[in-house]
Amino acid sequence: MSSVERSPWLIHYDASSCNGCDIEVLACLTPVYDAERFGCIVTGDPKQADIFLVTGSVNHLNAPIVKNIYDQMPEPKAVVAIGACAYSGGVFSECYNVTGGVASAIPVDVYVPGCAAKPESILNGVLQAAKILKDKEKAMRAERRGAERRSSND
Amino acid sequence: MKGIELYIALAYVLLGPLVGGLMSGMDRIITARMQGRVGPPILQPFYDLRKLFTRRIAPVNRLQIPLVACHLLFAVLTGALFFYGSDILLIIFVLTLASVFLILAAYSTGSPYSTIGADRELLLMTAYEPMIIIALVGLFGVAKSFNFYEILRSPTPPWVFLPGIYLGLVLVFMMKLRKSPFDISTSHHAHQELVMGLTADMGGPAYGLVELAHWYESVYLFALALLFFGSNWIVAAVGLSLTYTLIIFLDNITARVKWGLVMAIAWTVTLVAGVGNLIPFYIISRGTP
Repeated sequence: MSSVERSPWLIHYDASSCNGCDIEVLACLTPVYDAERFGCIVTGDPKQADIFLVTGSVNHLNAPIVKNIYDQMPEPKAVVAIGACAYSGGVFSECYNVTGGVASAIPVDVYVPGCAAKPESILNGVLQAAKILKDKEKAMRAERRGAERRSSND
Repeated sequence: MKGIELYIALAYVLLGPLVGGLMSGMDRIITARMQGRVGPPILQPFYDLRKLFTRRIAPVNRLQIPLVACHLLFAVLTGALFFYGSDILLIIFVLTLASVFLILAAYSTGSPYSTIGADRELLLMTAYEPMIIIALVGLFGVAKSFNFYEILRSPTPPWVFLPGIYLGLVLVFMMKLRKSPFDISTSHHAHQELVMGLTADMGGPAYGLVELAHWYESVYLFALALLFFGSNWIVAAVGLSLTYTLIIFLDNITARVKWGLVMAIAWTVTLVAGVGNLIPFYIISRGTP
Protein backbone atom coordinates (compact mmCIF):
# COMPACT_ATOMS: atom_id res chain seq x y z
CA MET A 1 0.00 0.00 0.00
CA SER A 2 1.37 3.40 -0.90
CA SER A 3 2.10 5.86 1.88
CA VAL A 4 -0.41 8.45 0.74
CA GLU A 5 -3.18 5.87 0.64
CA ARG A 6 -2.59 5.21 4.33
CA SER A 7 -2.57 8.83 5.43
CA PRO A 8 -4.69 11.10 3.27
CA TRP A 9 -4.73 14.48 5.00
CA LEU A 10 -7.68 16.67 4.16
CA ILE A 11 -8.52 20.31 3.88
CA HIS A 12 -12.14 21.36 3.73
CA TYR A 13 -13.42 24.55 2.13
CA ASP A 14 -17.02 25.70 2.09
CA ALA A 15 -17.66 27.46 -1.22
CA SER A 16 -21.11 29.02 -0.65
CA SER A 17 -22.64 25.78 0.54
CA CYS A 18 -25.89 25.79 2.53
CA ASN A 19 -23.86 24.07 5.34
CA GLY A 20 -25.73 20.80 4.78
CA CYS A 21 -22.72 19.08 3.22
CA ASP A 22 -20.33 20.79 5.66
CA ILE A 23 -22.13 19.28 8.61
CA GLU A 24 -21.90 15.87 6.93
CA VAL A 25 -18.15 16.36 6.35
CA LEU A 26 -17.75 17.09 10.06
CA ALA A 27 -19.93 14.07 10.86
CA CYS A 28 -17.24 11.92 9.19
CA LEU A 29 -14.94 12.77 12.10
CA THR A 30 -17.40 11.76 14.82
CA PRO A 31 -17.29 8.40 16.64
CA VAL A 32 -19.97 6.92 14.35
CA TYR A 33 -17.96 7.32 11.12
CA ASP A 34 -14.44 8.02 12.49
CA ALA A 35 -12.42 9.06 9.44
CA GLU A 36 -9.22 8.78 11.48
CA ARG A 37 -9.51 4.97 11.14
CA PHE A 38 -8.17 5.45 7.61
CA GLY A 39 -5.47 7.87 8.75
CA CYS A 40 -7.44 10.93 7.66
CA ILE A 41 -6.66 14.18 9.46
CA VAL A 42 -8.45 17.43 8.72
CA THR A 43 -5.43 19.72 8.74
CA GLY A 44 -6.89 23.13 8.01
CA ASP A 45 -3.58 23.93 6.33
CA PRO A 46 -3.34 23.64 2.53
CA LYS A 47 0.44 23.10 2.65
CA GLN A 48 0.00 19.89 4.62
CA ALA A 49 -3.12 18.59 2.86
CA ASP A 50 -3.32 15.91 0.16
CA ILE A 51 -7.03 15.94 -0.61
CA PHE A 52 -9.13 19.07 -1.05
CA LEU A 53 -12.80 18.69 -0.06
CA VAL A 54 -15.01 21.40 -1.54
CA THR A 55 -18.69 21.78 -0.75
CA GLY A 56 -21.12 24.13 -2.45
CA SER A 57 -21.15 26.00 -5.74
CA VAL A 58 -18.38 28.31 -6.88
CA ASN A 59 -19.15 32.00 -7.47
CA HIS A 60 -17.11 34.95 -8.67
CA LEU A 61 -16.14 35.90 -5.14
CA ASN A 62 -14.80 32.56 -3.93
CA ALA A 63 -13.34 31.18 -7.18
CA PRO A 64 -9.95 32.89 -6.53
CA ILE A 65 -9.94 31.50 -2.97
CA VAL A 66 -10.61 27.94 -4.17
CA LYS A 67 -7.80 28.36 -6.73
CA ASN A 68 -5.46 29.79 -4.10
CA ILE A 69 -5.98 26.87 -1.72
CA TYR A 70 -5.53 24.40 -4.60
CA ASP A 71 -2.29 26.08 -5.70
CA GLN A 72 -0.82 25.99 -2.19
CA MET A 73 -1.26 22.23 -1.85
CA PRO A 74 1.84 20.11 -2.52
CA GLU A 75 1.99 17.79 -5.54
CA PRO A 76 0.42 15.28 -6.03
CA LYS A 77 -3.04 16.37 -4.90
CA ALA A 78 -6.67 15.37 -5.43
CA VAL A 79 -9.95 17.26 -5.28
CA VAL A 80 -13.25 15.86 -4.03
CA ALA A 81 -16.36 17.86 -4.89
CA ILE A 82 -19.07 17.07 -2.36
CA GLY A 83 -22.79 17.38 -3.07
CA ALA A 84 -25.02 18.50 -5.92
CA CYS A 85 -23.92 22.16 -5.75
CA ALA A 86 -20.25 21.23 -6.03
CA TYR A 87 -21.11 19.15 -9.10
CA SER A 88 -23.09 21.65 -11.15
CA GLY A 89 -24.09 24.54 -8.92
CA GLY A 90 -27.19 22.59 -7.87
CA VAL A 91 -30.27 24.68 -7.18
CA PHE A 92 -28.10 27.79 -7.38
CA SER A 93 -26.77 27.07 -10.88
CA GLU A 94 -29.00 29.71 -12.48
CA CYS A 95 -27.93 32.47 -10.07
CA TYR A 96 -26.31 35.53 -11.67
CA ASN A 97 -23.14 35.22 -9.56
CA VAL A 98 -22.64 31.45 -9.67
CA THR A 99 -20.07 30.15 -12.16
CA GLY A 100 -21.13 26.53 -11.66
CA GLY A 101 -19.61 23.53 -9.88
CA VAL A 102 -16.10 23.23 -8.47
CA ALA A 103 -14.84 22.17 -11.92
CA SER A 104 -15.39 25.74 -13.09
CA ALA A 105 -12.44 26.79 -10.90
CA ILE A 106 -10.12 23.77 -10.47
CA PRO A 107 -9.82 20.21 -11.87
CA VAL A 108 -11.95 17.74 -9.88
CA ASP A 109 -11.03 14.08 -9.35
CA VAL A 110 -14.03 12.65 -7.48
CA TYR A 111 -17.66 13.73 -7.29
CA VAL A 112 -19.68 12.70 -4.24
CA PRO A 113 -23.42 12.70 -5.01
CA GLY A 114 -26.19 13.78 -2.66
CA CYS A 115 -28.04 16.79 -1.32
CA ALA A 116 -26.75 16.70 1.31
CA ALA A 117 -24.12 14.02 0.70
CA LYS A 118 -24.12 11.17 3.23
CA PRO A 119 -21.07 10.72 5.49
CA GLU A 120 -20.66 7.16 4.16
CA SER A 121 -20.44 8.39 0.58
CA ILE A 122 -18.09 11.22 1.58
CA LEU A 123 -15.75 8.68 3.20
CA ASN A 124 -16.03 6.54 0.08
CA GLY A 125 -15.14 9.57 -2.04
CA VAL A 126 -12.11 10.38 0.12
CA LEU A 127 -10.82 6.81 -0.13
CA GLN A 128 -11.28 6.82 -3.91
CA ALA A 129 -9.39 10.11 -4.06
CA ALA A 130 -6.61 8.46 -2.03
CA LYS A 131 -6.41 5.71 -4.68
CA ILE A 132 -6.24 8.35 -7.42
CA LEU A 133 -3.47 10.09 -5.46
CA LYS A 134 -1.53 6.84 -5.39
CA ASP A 135 -1.72 6.61 -9.19
CA LYS A 136 -0.69 10.25 -9.53
CA GLU A 137 2.26 9.63 -7.25
CA LYS A 138 3.32 6.65 -9.35
CA ALA A 139 3.05 8.70 -12.53
CA MET A 140 5.05 11.50 -10.92
CA ARG A 141 7.79 9.10 -9.90
CA ALA A 142 7.91 7.53 -13.37
CA GLU A 143 8.13 10.98 -14.89
CA ARG A 144 11.00 11.93 -12.59
CA ARG A 145 12.81 8.71 -13.40
CA GLY A 146 12.27 9.35 -17.10
CA ALA A 147 13.66 12.87 -16.75
CA GLU A 148 16.72 11.52 -14.93
CA ARG A 149 17.29 8.94 -17.64
CA ARG A 150 16.99 11.59 -20.33
CA SER A 151 19.46 13.86 -18.56
CA SER A 152 21.93 10.99 -18.08
CA ASN A 153 21.65 10.11 -21.79
CA ASP A 154 22.42 13.71 -22.69
CA MET B 1 30.89 2.81 32.45
CA LYS B 2 31.32 5.62 29.93
CA GLY B 3 31.21 3.01 27.17
CA ILE B 4 27.68 1.88 28.02
CA GLU B 5 26.48 5.47 28.15
CA LEU B 6 27.86 6.08 24.67
CA TYR B 7 25.93 3.06 23.36
CA ILE B 8 22.72 4.27 25.03
CA ALA B 9 23.19 7.70 23.45
CA LEU B 10 23.78 6.06 20.04
CA ALA B 11 20.73 3.84 20.54
CA TYR B 12 18.73 6.98 21.25
CA VAL B 13 19.87 8.63 18.02
CA LEU B 14 19.03 5.50 16.00
CA LEU B 15 15.93 4.17 17.78
CA GLY B 16 14.54 7.40 19.26
CA PRO B 17 12.11 8.00 16.38
CA LEU B 18 10.86 4.40 16.67
CA VAL B 19 9.97 4.86 20.36
CA GLY B 20 8.67 8.41 19.84
CA GLY B 21 6.53 7.33 16.87
CA LEU B 22 5.05 4.39 18.79
CA MET B 23 4.29 6.72 21.71
CA SER B 24 2.57 9.10 19.32
CA GLY B 25 0.57 6.19 17.86
CA MET B 26 -0.46 5.03 21.33
CA ASP B 27 -1.41 8.61 22.16
CA ARG B 28 -3.72 8.78 19.13
CA ILE B 29 -5.35 5.43 19.90
CA ILE B 30 -5.92 6.29 23.58
CA THR B 31 -7.36 9.68 22.55
CA ALA B 32 -9.68 7.97 20.07
CA ARG B 33 -10.85 5.39 22.63
CA MET B 34 -11.54 8.15 25.16
CA GLN B 35 -13.79 9.75 22.55
CA GLY B 36 -15.50 6.45 21.74
CA ARG B 37 -13.77 6.08 18.37
CA VAL B 38 -11.76 3.20 16.94
CA GLY B 39 -8.82 5.39 16.05
CA PRO B 40 -5.95 4.91 13.60
CA PRO B 41 -3.56 1.93 13.56
CA ILE B 42 -0.65 2.21 15.97
CA LEU B 43 1.81 2.64 13.10
CA GLN B 44 -0.15 5.61 11.72
CA PRO B 45 2.52 8.22 12.69
CA PHE B 46 5.08 6.30 10.62
CA TYR B 47 2.74 6.21 7.61
CA ASP B 48 2.23 9.95 8.03
CA LEU B 49 5.95 10.64 8.23
CA ARG B 50 6.73 8.50 5.18
CA LYS B 51 4.06 10.32 3.22
CA LEU B 52 5.28 13.77 4.30
CA PHE B 53 8.70 13.01 2.83
CA THR B 54 7.18 12.04 -0.54
CA ARG B 55 5.37 15.38 -0.93
CA ARG B 56 6.81 17.79 -3.48
CA ILE B 57 6.48 21.38 -2.36
CA ALA B 58 8.38 24.56 -3.09
CA PRO B 59 9.77 25.85 0.22
CA VAL B 60 8.55 29.30 1.24
CA ASN B 61 12.11 30.68 1.32
CA ARG B 62 15.69 29.47 1.35
CA LEU B 63 16.00 29.78 5.14
CA GLN B 64 13.10 27.62 6.25
CA ILE B 65 14.44 24.12 5.57
CA PRO B 66 17.93 24.77 7.07
CA LEU B 67 16.34 26.28 10.19
CA VAL B 68 13.96 23.33 10.61
CA ALA B 69 16.89 20.96 10.04
CA CYS B 70 18.81 22.78 12.82
CA HIS B 71 15.76 22.37 15.03
CA LEU B 72 15.88 18.61 14.45
CA LEU B 73 19.67 18.51 14.89
CA PHE B 74 19.57 20.25 18.26
CA ALA B 75 16.58 18.19 19.43
CA VAL B 76 18.61 15.03 18.68
CA LEU B 77 21.69 16.55 20.31
CA THR B 78 19.72 17.40 23.47
CA GLY B 79 18.61 13.80 23.90
CA ALA B 80 21.99 12.36 22.92
CA LEU B 81 23.82 14.53 25.49
CA PHE B 82 21.15 13.63 28.03
CA PHE B 83 21.66 9.88 27.60
CA TYR B 84 25.44 10.28 27.30
CA GLY B 85 25.37 11.52 30.89
CA SER B 86 26.39 15.13 30.22
CA ASP B 87 25.59 17.94 32.61
CA ILE B 88 21.80 18.39 32.56
CA LEU B 89 22.19 22.17 32.92
CA LEU B 90 24.01 22.27 29.58
CA ILE B 91 21.29 20.13 28.05
CA ILE B 92 18.61 22.63 28.98
CA PHE B 93 20.43 25.34 27.01
CA VAL B 94 20.64 23.07 23.95
CA LEU B 95 16.94 22.30 24.38
CA THR B 96 16.17 26.03 24.34
CA LEU B 97 18.31 26.47 21.24
CA ALA B 98 16.30 23.76 19.46
CA SER B 99 13.04 25.61 20.22
CA VAL B 100 14.57 28.90 19.09
CA PHE B 101 15.41 27.41 15.68
CA LEU B 102 11.80 26.30 15.22
CA ILE B 103 10.58 29.78 16.14
CA LEU B 104 13.06 31.37 13.71
CA ALA B 105 11.83 29.01 10.97
CA ALA B 106 8.27 30.19 11.63
CA TYR B 107 9.24 33.89 11.69
CA SER B 108 11.24 33.53 8.47
CA THR B 109 8.09 32.91 6.45
CA GLY B 110 6.44 36.23 7.32
CA SER B 111 2.96 34.71 7.21
CA PRO B 112 0.56 36.07 9.86
CA TYR B 113 -0.40 32.57 11.03
CA SER B 114 3.21 31.49 11.47
CA THR B 115 4.05 34.78 13.19
CA ILE B 116 1.23 34.49 15.72
CA GLY B 117 2.23 30.86 16.33
CA ALA B 118 5.87 31.87 16.83
CA ASP B 119 4.88 34.68 19.24
CA ARG B 120 2.86 32.20 21.25
CA GLU B 121 5.66 29.64 21.25
CA LEU B 122 7.97 32.31 22.73
CA LEU B 123 5.38 32.97 25.45
CA LEU B 124 5.14 29.23 26.12
CA MET B 125 8.90 29.08 26.52
CA THR B 126 8.85 31.88 29.09
CA ALA B 127 6.02 30.01 30.82
CA TYR B 128 7.80 26.65 31.17
CA GLU B 129 11.51 27.50 31.43
CA PRO B 130 11.49 28.59 35.13
CA MET B 131 9.83 25.29 36.08
CA ILE B 132 12.52 23.27 34.28
CA ILE B 133 15.29 25.15 36.10
CA ILE B 134 13.55 24.55 39.45
CA ALA B 135 13.15 20.85 38.61
CA LEU B 136 16.89 20.56 37.92
CA VAL B 137 17.80 22.35 41.15
CA GLY B 138 15.49 19.96 43.00
CA LEU B 139 17.01 16.88 41.33
CA PHE B 140 20.47 18.17 42.21
CA GLY B 141 19.35 18.60 45.82
CA VAL B 142 18.31 14.94 45.99
CA ALA B 143 21.15 13.28 44.06
CA LYS B 144 23.92 15.93 44.45
CA SER B 145 24.58 15.49 40.75
CA PHE B 146 23.55 16.82 37.33
CA ASN B 147 24.29 13.49 35.66
CA PHE B 148 21.36 11.42 34.30
CA TYR B 149 22.71 8.06 35.54
CA GLU B 150 23.77 9.30 38.96
CA ILE B 151 20.34 10.85 39.58
CA LEU B 152 18.76 7.59 38.40
CA ARG B 153 20.86 5.67 40.94
CA SER B 154 19.97 7.89 43.92
CA PRO B 155 18.89 5.66 46.86
CA THR B 156 15.48 7.30 47.43
CA PRO B 157 13.56 8.19 44.24
CA PRO B 158 13.29 12.00 43.91
CA TRP B 159 9.48 12.03 43.63
CA VAL B 160 9.25 11.20 47.34
CA PHE B 161 10.92 14.52 48.16
CA LEU B 162 9.69 16.51 45.15
CA PRO B 163 6.00 15.75 44.48
CA GLY B 164 5.22 19.44 43.85
CA ILE B 165 8.06 19.81 41.40
CA TYR B 166 6.93 16.69 39.54
CA LEU B 167 3.44 18.21 39.26
CA GLY B 168 4.99 21.37 37.80
CA LEU B 169 6.98 19.26 35.35
CA VAL B 170 3.79 17.54 34.18
CA LEU B 171 2.60 21.01 33.20
CA VAL B 172 5.82 21.51 31.24
CA PHE B 173 5.24 18.20 29.45
CA MET B 174 1.74 19.31 28.48
CA MET B 175 3.20 22.44 26.90
CA LYS B 176 6.08 20.65 25.19
CA LEU B 177 3.84 17.83 23.87
CA ARG B 178 1.37 20.48 22.61
CA LYS B 179 -1.60 19.32 24.62
CA SER B 180 -4.77 21.23 25.48
CA PRO B 181 -5.26 23.61 27.25
CA PHE B 182 -1.70 24.74 26.45
CA ASP B 183 -1.57 23.98 22.70
CA ILE B 184 -1.72 27.67 21.82
CA SER B 185 1.13 27.82 19.30
CA THR B 186 0.27 24.85 17.10
CA SER B 187 -2.17 21.96 17.18
CA HIS B 188 -2.95 18.76 15.33
CA HIS B 189 -6.66 19.29 15.72
CA ALA B 190 -8.60 21.34 13.18
CA HIS B 191 -11.13 22.61 15.71
CA GLN B 192 -8.83 25.32 17.09
CA GLU B 193 -8.85 29.04 16.28
CA LEU B 194 -5.25 28.88 15.06
CA VAL B 195 -4.75 25.40 13.67
CA MET B 196 -1.19 24.83 12.55
CA GLY B 197 0.14 28.20 13.75
CA LEU B 198 3.87 27.78 14.16
CA THR B 199 4.02 25.11 11.45
CA ALA B 200 1.46 26.69 9.09
CA ASP B 201 3.99 27.29 6.32
CA MET B 202 5.84 24.02 6.66
CA GLY B 203 4.60 21.61 4.06
CA GLY B 204 5.74 18.09 3.20
CA PRO B 205 9.37 17.33 4.13
CA ALA B 206 9.73 20.44 6.33
CA TYR B 207 6.80 19.33 8.46
CA GLY B 208 8.19 15.80 8.45
CA LEU B 209 11.40 17.12 10.04
CA VAL B 210 9.36 18.95 12.70
CA GLU B 211 7.43 15.74 13.46
CA LEU B 212 10.67 13.77 13.72
CA ALA B 213 12.14 16.35 16.11
CA HIS B 214 8.94 16.15 18.15
CA TRP B 215 9.34 12.36 18.52
CA TYR B 216 12.94 12.79 19.70
CA GLU B 217 11.77 15.47 22.13
CA SER B 218 9.00 13.33 23.60
CA VAL B 219 11.48 10.50 24.30
CA TYR B 220 13.89 12.60 26.36
CA LEU B 221 11.03 14.39 28.09
CA PHE B 222 9.88 11.00 29.34
CA ALA B 223 13.43 10.15 30.32
CA LEU B 224 13.42 13.38 32.35
CA ALA B 225 10.20 12.22 34.04
CA LEU B 226 11.82 8.83 34.60
CA LEU B 227 14.50 10.51 36.74
CA PHE B 228 11.86 11.25 39.36
CA PHE B 229 11.07 7.56 39.84
CA GLY B 230 14.64 6.35 40.26
CA SER B 231 15.78 2.90 39.23
CA ASN B 232 12.71 0.99 40.47
CA TRP B 233 11.29 0.01 37.08
CA ILE B 234 7.82 -1.05 38.28
CA VAL B 235 7.19 2.24 40.07
CA ALA B 236 8.62 4.09 37.07
CA ALA B 237 6.39 2.23 34.58
CA VAL B 238 3.27 2.84 36.68
CA GLY B 239 4.18 6.48 37.32
CA LEU B 240 4.97 7.26 33.70
CA SER B 241 1.84 5.55 32.33
CA LEU B 242 -0.34 7.36 34.87
CA THR B 243 1.29 10.68 33.94
CA TYR B 244 0.83 10.10 30.20
CA THR B 245 -2.79 8.99 30.61
CA LEU B 246 -3.50 12.05 32.76
CA ILE B 247 -1.98 14.35 30.11
CA ILE B 248 -4.07 12.74 27.34
CA PHE B 249 -7.18 12.90 29.53
CA LEU B 250 -6.66 16.61 30.23
CA ASP B 251 -6.04 17.15 26.51
CA ASN B 252 -9.46 15.68 25.78
CA ILE B 253 -11.51 17.47 28.41
CA THR B 254 -10.09 20.98 28.21
CA ALA B 255 -10.33 23.76 25.64
CA ARG B 256 -7.42 25.92 24.57
CA VAL B 257 -6.89 28.90 26.89
CA LYS B 258 -5.62 32.40 26.08
CA TRP B 259 -1.90 33.07 26.41
CA GLY B 260 -2.39 35.28 29.49
CA LEU B 261 -4.01 32.41 31.35
CA VAL B 262 -1.25 30.04 30.23
CA MET B 263 1.33 32.35 31.81
CA ALA B 264 -0.78 32.78 34.95
CA ILE B 265 -1.31 29.02 35.40
CA ALA B 266 2.29 28.13 34.59
CA TRP B 267 3.87 30.72 36.89
CA THR B 268 1.39 30.11 39.72
CA VAL B 269 2.15 26.39 39.63
CA THR B 270 5.89 27.15 39.37
CA LEU B 271 5.71 29.41 42.42
CA VAL B 272 3.31 27.39 44.57
CA ALA B 273 4.16 23.77 43.68
CA GLY B 274 7.73 24.31 42.46
CA VAL B 275 9.25 26.88 44.81
CA GLY B 276 6.86 25.80 47.56
CA ASN B 277 8.36 22.31 47.31
CA LEU B 278 11.97 23.34 46.80
CA ILE B 279 12.37 25.66 49.81
CA PRO B 280 11.04 23.22 52.50
CA PHE B 281 13.08 20.43 50.89
CA TYR B 282 16.31 22.45 51.15
CA ILE B 283 15.58 23.52 54.74
CA ILE B 284 14.93 19.91 55.81
CA SER B 285 17.78 18.34 53.83
CA ARG B 286 20.30 20.84 55.27
CA GLY B 287 19.96 19.13 58.64
CA THR B 288 20.97 15.72 57.20
CA PRO B 289 24.44 15.20 55.70
